[in-house]
Amino acid sequence: MTRFSTTVDGTRYEDEVEPRLLLVHYLRDHLGLTGTPVGCDTGNCGACTVELDGDSVKSCSVLAVQADGGEVTTVQGLATDGEWTALQTAFHEQHALQCGYCTPGMIMAARDLLKENPDPTPEEIRRGLEGNLCRCTGYQNIVRAVLAAAAEERRREAPAPRSADTGRPDTRPAPAPATAGQEART
Amino acid sequence: MTAQATTDAPRPEVGRSRTRKEDARLVTGRTTWTDNITTPGLLYLAILRSPMAPARIDRIDVAPALERPGVIAALTGRDLADELGPMPCVWPVTEDIVMPDHPAVAVDEVRYAGEPVAVVVARGRYAAADALEAVEVDYTPLPPVLGLEAALADDAPLVHAGKGTNRCYTWPLDTGNYAAQKARADVVLRRRYTQQRLIPNAMEPRAVVATPPTASNEYTLYSATQVPHVARVILSMVTGIPEQRLRVIAPDVGGGFGSKLQVYGEEAVALALARKLGRPVKWTESRSEGYQATHHGRGQIQDIEIAATKDGEILGLSVDLLADMGAYLMLITPGIPLLGAFMYPGIYKMNAYTFRCTGVFTTKTPTDAYRGAGRPEATFAIERTMDELAAELGLDPIELRRRNWIRHEEFPYTSIAGLTYDSGNYEAATDRALALFGYDGLRAEQRERRARHDPVRLGIGISTFTEMCGLAPSRVLRDLRYAAGGWEAATIRMLPTGKVEVTTGTSPHGQGHATCWSQIAADVLGVPFDDIEVVHGDTRAVPQGMDTYGSRSLVVGGLAVHHAALKVVAKARRVAAHLLEANEADLEFTAGTFSVRGSPEATKTIQDVAYATFSSHDLPDGMEPTINAGHLVDPDNFSYPHGTHLCAIEVDTETGRARIRSYVCVDDIGKVINPMIVQGQIHGGLAQGIAQALYEEAVYDTEGNLVSGTMADYLVPAAPDLPDFVTDRTETPATSNALGVKGVGEAGTIASTPAVVNAVVDALRPLGVRDVAMPCTPQRIWQAVTDARAKGART
Repeated sequence: MTRFSTTVDGTRYEDEVEPRLLLVHYLRDHLGLTGTPVGCDTGNCGACTVELDGDSVKSCSVLAVQADGGEVTTVQGLATDGEWTALQTAFHEQHALQCGYCTPGMIMAARDLLKENPDPTPEEIRRGLEGNLCRCTGYQNIVRAVLAAAAEERRREAPAPRSADTGRPDTRPAPAPATAGQEART
Repeated sequence: MTAQATTDAPRPEVGRSRTRKEDARLVTGRTTWTDNITTPGLLYLAILRSPMAPARIDRIDVAPALERPGVIAALTGRDLADELGPMPCVWPVTEDIVMPDHPAVAVDEVRYAGEPVAVVVARGRYAAADALEAVEVDYTPLPPVLGLEAALADDAPLVHAGKGTNRCYTWPLDTGNYAAQKARADVVLRRRYTQQRLIPNAMEPRAVVATPPTASNEYTLYSATQVPHVARVILSMVTGIPEQRLRVIAPDVGGGFGSKLQVYGEEAVALALARKLGRPVKWTESRSEGYQATHHGRGQIQDIEIAATKDGEILGLSVDLLADMGAYLMLITPGIPLLGAFMYPGIYKMNAYTFRCTGVFTTKTPTDAYRGAGRPEATFAIERTMDELAAELGLDPIELRRRNWIRHEEFPYTSIAGLTYDSGNYEAATDRALALFGYDGLRAEQRERRARHDPVRLGIGISTFTEMCGLAPSRVLRDLRYAAGGWEAATIRMLPTGKVEVTTGTSPHGQGHATCWSQIAADVLGVPFDDIEVVHGDTRAVPQGMDTYGSRSLVVGGLAVHHAALKVVAKARRVAAHLLEANEADLEFTAGTFSVRGSPEATKTIQDVAYATFSSHDLPDGMEPTINAGHLVDPDNFSYPHGTHLCAIEVDTETGRARIRSYVCVDDIGKVINPMIVQGQIHGGLAQGIAQALYEEAVYDTEGNLVSGTMADYLVPAAPDLPDFVTDRTETPATSNALGVKGVGEAGTIASTPAVVNAVVDALRPLGVRDVAMPCTPQRIWQAVTDARAKGART
């Protein structure tokens, strides 16, 4: 058994665990943080994606003890005082989830993507989420949700109408919500 | 809304893209997947599976596992045989079908790699997995049975030696005189297509928690299942737990696509162990375990022959099918090809149709339903063949279809296979799709690129499909020898505070029933969308149900909600009339309020009526004190969505790479409850159909091992592997139900596979390529081009 301590979603824990214990099983079985699911055993599906010390990781491919002294954020730690992040809202509004099993990992991966690239193209979003599989949506609405969240975050960061960091007018509209009716649009 | 609508009339809920009630817990991680469930004293079950197939078990010893720390129990198949009956198949499609015994855990012999041979129960997830390694098993390998034609040879080794044959059944369908039609045909085209095996890959692996009787006298089984009600019946029979003492709960379920339309041995084993040990037991499969242990889909060889005139009029169709059952018959394994049997004629008129399907046992993971289940296979064969026939006759493939399809004024139309299509408008959907696609422009570009021998060829693929879904009229199921009915149930409870509880026998796992059923009930009852709670997936809370599969939930279960709500309003009308001292006939009911015609100030809301009924202080004489109502729908007919799908693909003849450039589909699913959810269903269906065309295949080696046995080896498409889709709808209401709705869950999967493969072949046809086997990988495309060039075809 190995003693270690880690902070998860703002709460510090000290535990003794088997060195082989996967981070995802620590979260789920030891802390009861079941918002992060397991979708595969080969690191392919990304359902278990969390943030560890600022980087997104697949928590099935990290040992719990590797998070010693570190800071973990899961999907359960995103909302503050019940207020969703732009990504959570956009996934809901753009119908970017159906069964929702991939959603925690997809949101965590998208969050990492937007940190690296706050203004991605649809193509960059598709490539950036390559490590996260969804079987329900065909990805199209996930791409739209990430675009919408990116636009919303830029809007919050930069006073309209001029983007502070680039100096160019930030006039591209966010995708209309899925509720607006989107037949026959790409 | 009509122009006459006043501001008083609320906007109807049906037809609105309501965002989903389900999402809040899903985007914040507050879900209840089965593996999340924990309970005091919980034990973990792990299953030892055969590493080879087939094989005789010469010796098995679980005693060493019991020595491992934390291990509570270890049992062999023989130990469990006292606890469990065989796993049943409920669709014996013919009288003489061969139905082998199917134990939940193998005894003496294993027939596919991954078949359970022993189980271990331990205090922890890791301890259980560790202890599996201590179980000692000696196997003697037996000869594998892999190819469907080889399996039927006289000297083939047998999957079930005691049965004397690998033929499971042969099921025929014959209408008209095909031989006579063939004799008068100008053109007879014969093709063979192979539907590769697919692995469904719901993102949530299967999981089970079984709890013994504690507070009440019942067993509870939580399961990641599409079919809690069906599972209760079957598991009661398998375990001997009386049905009234078994409760099955499907909590949040992370996708199914048919793979959870099943009652699995692991569910029975978990219940048996909970009973034996008096402790709750959890089992969660790993993804790689699931690749062998969760049923597969497809797996067919199709010989199709079409007879036509030189003008392209189809005279008749003949289909001879071999269907891979795998090693055992699961819940509805033999019936899957039958769901396709009626769909080979598609949307076309013809004079004769002859069909024969032979089910074949192999030493592979059993097959069963996978999204579309029989209908994608049928649609692929007919739509590929239509493109081949068009090429043979020198006709545009759209024109060939126009000459043969059922015209919109001909509905209702009884197809040559005997189905009565209630409504459709193939012309409208096709015209709309061609316009969105820019068909003529793409054809012009294709000609230009062919003329200059562009190494990257443009291909255009077409699929005009219909399908039978909304399973199913019970009498048809009787005729097909299916053991159960096809009805669905709903109840509506009007609560004293004016809120509403809808129970549904459907069991959603991503489809959004809570949202859509709320929309349906809100319109009929005139109550706010947010005041409605939809309860599902629990056999205690929802006593009757037939669950979710076969694009049935809306057209059967949603319809039951609609009719139950109408019954509530009818009962409430009687109470309201009494309270308002008026005749029922003089009451109007608008937006949840009863008013007396001519005296608009005298009103009672449906919430007023709900409270008045709860108090029961002043009800009509003799009235039962409730306005709650239930309704069961047994559909009169199947549902027949249709659509036209067009795919433009760029195929690099030098590398074999195929890239979808544009994909347009126009689906007609009749009236729509929630357009946003419908579009999501189409998107996801397209992704799975395209995946069959280009990416996915369960591959076995010559010894019967699954070599595409992990998610690293089986290509589930990721975001960069798929294009943006252009989707649109035409709306031809169903005439077979009061809502005018048709099923949508499987449409995208059924239609898209042939559109993509037709596009690949269309790109390469001038090079002499006539077919590319699925999945159309770069290697296969390159090989097809290379072979065609070697044959000296002109480019």
